[in-house]
Order: sequence, then structure tokens, then C-alpha cells
Amino acid sequence: MALLTIENLCARVGDKEILKDFSLTINPGEVHVIMGPNGSGKSTLANVIAGHPAYEVTGGRLMFKDRDVLKMTPDERANIGIFLAFQSPTELPGVGSALFLKTALNAKRQAAGEKDIDAVSFMRRLRPRATALGITDDMLKRALNVGFSGGEKKRMEMLQMAFLEPDFCMLDEIDSGLDIDALHTVSQAVNIMRESHRSFLLITHFQRLLNDITPDYIHIMMDGRIVKTGDKTLAATLEEKGYDIYR
Amino acid sequence: MNNTKTTLREIVSERYRYGFETPVAAETAPKGLSEDIIRFISARKKEPDWLLEFRLKAYRHWLTMTEPHWGKFTYDPIDYQDLYYYAAPVPKKVNSLDEVDPEILKTYQKLGIPLQEQKALAGIAVDAIFDSVSVATTYRAQLKEKGIIFCPISEAVRDYPELVRTYLGSVVPYTDNFFACLNSAVFSDGSFVYIPKGVRAPLELSSYFRINAKNAGQFERTLIVAEDDSYVSYLEGCTAPQRDENQLHAAIVEIIVKDGAEVKYSTVQNWYPGDENGRGGIYNFVTKRGICHNHAKLSWTQVETGSAITWKYPSCILKGDYAVGEFYSVALTNHCQQADTGTKMIHLGKHTTSTIISKGVSAGRSNNTYRGMVKIASTATGARNVSRCDSLLIGNQCGAHTIPVMTCADPSGVIEHEATTSKISEDQLFYAQSRGLSSEQAVGLIVNGFCREVMQKLPMEFAVEAQRLIGINLEGSVG
Repeated sequence: MALLTIENLCARVGDKEILKDFSLTINPGEVHVIMGPNGSGKSTLANVIAGHPAYEVTGGRLMFKDRDVLKMTPDERANIGIFLAFQSPTELPGVGSALFLKTALNAKRQAAGEKDIDAVSFMRRLRPRATALGITDDMLKRALNVGFSGGEKKRMEMLQMAFLEPDFCMLDEIDSGLDIDALHTVSQAVNIMRESHRSFLLITHFQRLLNDITPDYIHIMMDGRIVKTGDKTLAATLEEKGYDIYR
Repeated sequence: MNNTKTTLREIVSERYRYGFETPVAAETAPKGLSEDIIRFISARKKEPDWLLEFRLKAYRHWLTMTEPHWGKFTYDPIDYQDLYYYAAPVPKKVNSLDEVDPEILKTYQKLGIPLQEQKALAGIAVDAIFDSVSVATTYRAQLKEKGIIFCPISEAVRDYPELVRTYLGSVVPYTDNFFACLNSAVFSDGSFVYIPKGVRAPLELSSYFRINAKNAGQFERTLIVAEDDSYVSYLEGCTAPQRDENQLHAAIVEIIVKDGAEVKYSTVQNWYPGDENGRGGIYNFVTKRGICHNHAKLSWTQVETGSAITWKYPSCILKGDYAVGEFYSVALTNHCQQADTGTKMIHLGKHTTSTIISKGVSAGRSNNTYRGMVKIASTATGARNVSRCDSLLIGNQCGAHTIPVMTCADPSGVIEHEATTSKISEDQLFYAQSRGLSSEQAVGLIVNGFCREVMQKLPMEFAVEAQRLIGINLEGSVG
């Protein structure tokens, strides 16, 4: 059974059509990469799947675990396992990062009819994941994303993913603004989480993210839909020839 | 929602009427205000002549005053002859929680108030009430050992007349303002606190259970005297929603902080705010002021979430050298609430310092105003003030206003003022929601984050309740 099924999805912002009959199926355990030039609709796709209110879905179907996602609020989507690591994460002044993580986990547990996590279990779950991503206790105490560097923000997104353990992880240009070492750390975080029940959708401009992560499929997106699907070798072709041959 | 709140009000006013219609005539005075009514109040309370004189002087002066209208709010005129000024409303006797309006119980549960407290709040004449009375008495004995007096002000008038007479009206004279003057004429009850020289109050004094035990008065008066080098932290307010549908609430708090003493005064105010359309709710006109002598410190912390109208400026007169004044405030307004609140820091002594941190949160169609005055007198060499006023807007129908007044008559004085206005953005909401938080949880988290700096000044349990209150009061603020 597919984890995520997108059929002929159409979406727009204002009058501007961005997704045009977009279709994609993702099975459990798969890693998909979407590449494409600026403005091709990659980020819109991720935001529409996560339920951003700025985008209006005008047609098509979006099923996750056999449920009609289009009828669900963003938090309902999150609580059944959809996760989006943002390209530019928003700052939440005054909201401590650790508190935010705890609140998010408890929201998920409440949705599943479970009790809130206790302080000891919380730290036990948080610490090793934070350490692996090079996130210090000091950073966990600071307000979420406030005054974080670009790299810190990206690592905090990865920490949320690792901490919440969603079944479907979308990473929107997680590699942008990262140096080689940080990129490696982030890639490791993805690789560690690769499991038979968990799928990934990586959005990127660059092949370099794929040095560490080996995808099952690479899709090229143009003008709101997928124009070419291939295996990991497609990235190299792209690097060499550019997007123009697919226009 | 509308309906349930109306029901709540109806029940409340019904009980109130019950109080006035009770055949025990001694418990109530007729409607309206006159010298006779004041004499009646004073007689009922068996007050000494000097206090009756104080009240009458205040009343006569009040007749010459006019209601102030400079606040940023509007309301229908108050008919002062259509109010009851003395009523000890007899609580409607109910025997078990089953007989209490389920809406009220639901609210208590939301607030996480323990069952025994719920019973007490609902006015159930069972052990619970006696329990809390005995709790109070236990504490009182413990305090008395240290020479601390903590009792209703009416008792203090009887038992410690010299103290009350010395300090009553010494910081807020009856001539101060219209509402303070009215309070001076008709004040019903309140707390009296006296901390002797060099004594640190061993526990936080709270008016919580005492106000629960009786039905809240409309004209409370609190008087706190901290002698040299003493310390007390005082918590005021009902963290539970008030059932009493009083239209007017005009209280006074006076604090005297002597040399080297420190007083922390924390308030969580959650009076009935009226319904979504602005019907009903409390008009909260309160005068709070303290005077600080040499090296004394007075710290006001307030979380204001209730009332239809809030008009309140807890102030510090920094009279002594090196005196310190602080004001930390969160004011949250939703629906049609109107809050006009802030502080006055009057620097008279040398090297006096003051800090103001105000966080205003506006939602719905509400209006939230920070109004503050910092005044450095020519005598206040080296005085210094730092003010920060932050406003957060939720939605696009509310208003936030900042009206600071600063005067500095001494060339060595330093006044700093910063102000920001921000809005909860769609992206912030979506971000939190995309991690699984409901829109209400998300707003609650962001608002509490915004207020954190002030919340941290509250004693622990109070902070937790205040956070919960903010969540409850924001309900319905995001569509």
C-alpha cells in the first residue's frame, strides 16, 4: 500500500496556478528527490501537502495512509505523521526550543490518546538526538529559531524531525546555506532515520545533497508537474546538462 | 457560547438578588449613596468615629468631583444611585456540587481548581469552607509568631486602630481621584498586612482563600505596611472567574515600604470580561500605589486578563534615596474588552531607579492601551528609568496603543523607553500547527512566549495558573 498518493493535484496562490495536475506515489521506505528550477512549484508542493492556508487546492486528490488529507487541518496532518522541514523556519520569540519540542510531542501523543511525556523520558529522548546534530543545551533553552544562524535553523528542523519521528518527512532545501560539515550532519540525520515504514521527499537544487543520501527516485519538476523520473543517476545527468533539455 | 455566558450571568445576578432580598434587613443597605448610607455601613461594621469621619469627608469631597474620561475606552454612564453600596450577600445554600451550574463547574475544571476549592467557590456550606478557614487560621498563628499581622481590614480597624489610622489614606488620599474617593467613602473590606522591622514573611501572603470564603466585595481596600528591612510577597486576586456580576469594582491598594524593606505585589486579575459582544462584565477602576523610603523596593507584577474595562496604574513614589520601583505587566484583551493600564514612577529621592516592562496582547475587537508616566524630579539626582512596552496583535480588528509620558527635571536623570508592536503571523501559526499544535495551542504558546519575561516574575504556582488563564481567555481569538 502506498504511504502517499497524489493524483492530479492542482493548487494556486491568488490567481496564480502553481501545481498543475501533479501526480506522485510514494511507498513506505522510499526516498524521493524532487529537483527543478526556481518557480517550478517544489516548495508549493511541500506546503500544500502540509496544509499551508495560503495555498488553495483547486482539484485532485491527496491521500496519506488511506486518509483524505485535503480535509484535514495542518495539525491533524502532522499528528498522523506528515512532517515538513522548512526552507526558512519561522522565529517564535519567547518560545523555548525545548518547550516547543515537548508541546509538539505531547500534541501528537494526545492525538493518539496517549498521556503526556514525563520530564525524564523527555530528556532521554531529546538529549541523544540533539547531541547527534550538534545542538547544545544552550540552544535548546533559546527561543525557537530566534537569532539562530542559517545552519542552526536547519539543524533544529532536523532535530524536530528526529524527535517527532514522523512517517513522512519532507525536507525543503535543507541543504541551502549549509557548509560541507553541516550538510554531512544533516544527511546523516536522514540516513539514520531511513526505515522500512518511513519515507522521505527531498527538495533540492543541488546534487551535492545526494553525495551522502542515496535516493530511490529522482523527479524533475517543471511548471507545476513532474516531467521526468529516474534513478539516482539522473542527478548527474542534470548536473552536466542542466534543466533546459527537459523544458 | 453566548447563551451559556448569559445563563451564567443570570444565575449570578439571581443569587445576588437573593442576597438583597433576604429578610435579614441588617445585611443590606438600600440602593444609592448618601450620608445616611455611609453611616449605616460604618455602624454595621461597628467602626470607630474617626473612620466614619474619614468616610464622610471622602463622600462630601466625592460629590464635588466628576468621573474622569481620559481613558481610552467608552462605556454607558454609571448611575451611582442605582448601585448597592453595602450588601453582605447571603450565599445561596446549595448542598452538593450537583446543584451548581455545570457551566461554572466546567470553568473550574478548566482552571484545574481542586474539588474542595470548587466547593468553596460554589459557596457550598460544607467542610471545605471550614477547611480553608482553618488553613487560614493555621497560617495566621504562624505569622503572628513573627509579629506579622494579616487580616481583613475591618478586623484591623478593630484590633489595630492606631496602625490603620496612621497609614490609611497616607499614600492614596481620599482626594486622589474620583474612584479612589468613592472607595474611601464606601469601602467594604480588604486586607491589612503589617510586617515588623527586620522580619521576612516566611510565606507568600495571599488573599486567595479569604476572598473565596466571602463573596467578593466591590470596594476592597488593601493596606500593606512593611517596616524597616522587612520583606513580604503578596499575591492578590482570584484566579477563578468571579461569579458576581458587579458592574463597578473600585478598589484601592496602598503600600508603605520603609527603609530597606521590600514588597512584591502580584496580581492575577480575571474578573468577568463580559460576553463576546461586550455585554456585561466588570468595570475595574483601581488605584494602586506604594511609597518607597530609603533603599526600599516595591515590585508590582500584574497579569490582567479579565474585566470589560480595566483602568489601573500601579505606581511607585520613590521618595527615599536609592529606592527601587518595578512594574511588570501582562494585559490581555479579547472580544470587546478595553484595557487602559500602566504605571507611574515618581522619582523624588537621589539615585532612585525604576523598571517598567509591559506586554499588551490584543485579540478580537478589543483595545489595549499602555499609559505610563515616568517623572524625575529636580531632587532626584542620578535617577534612572528603563521602560519597555511591547504589543502583540492577534487578528486585524483589535487595537494596541502606547502612551508614555516622561519628564525629567534633573540633568543627571536618565530615561530609556523602547516600544515594539508585532502581530502573530500566519507563518508562525502554520509553523506551530505543522508540528501538531492546534491553532489555539499555537496562539497560547506564542502569547505565553511573548509574555514570558513578565510571567517569570510571578511566584511559581501563580505563573502556571496565569498561563492557563491566558489560554482560556484566548479561546475564540483565532478563527
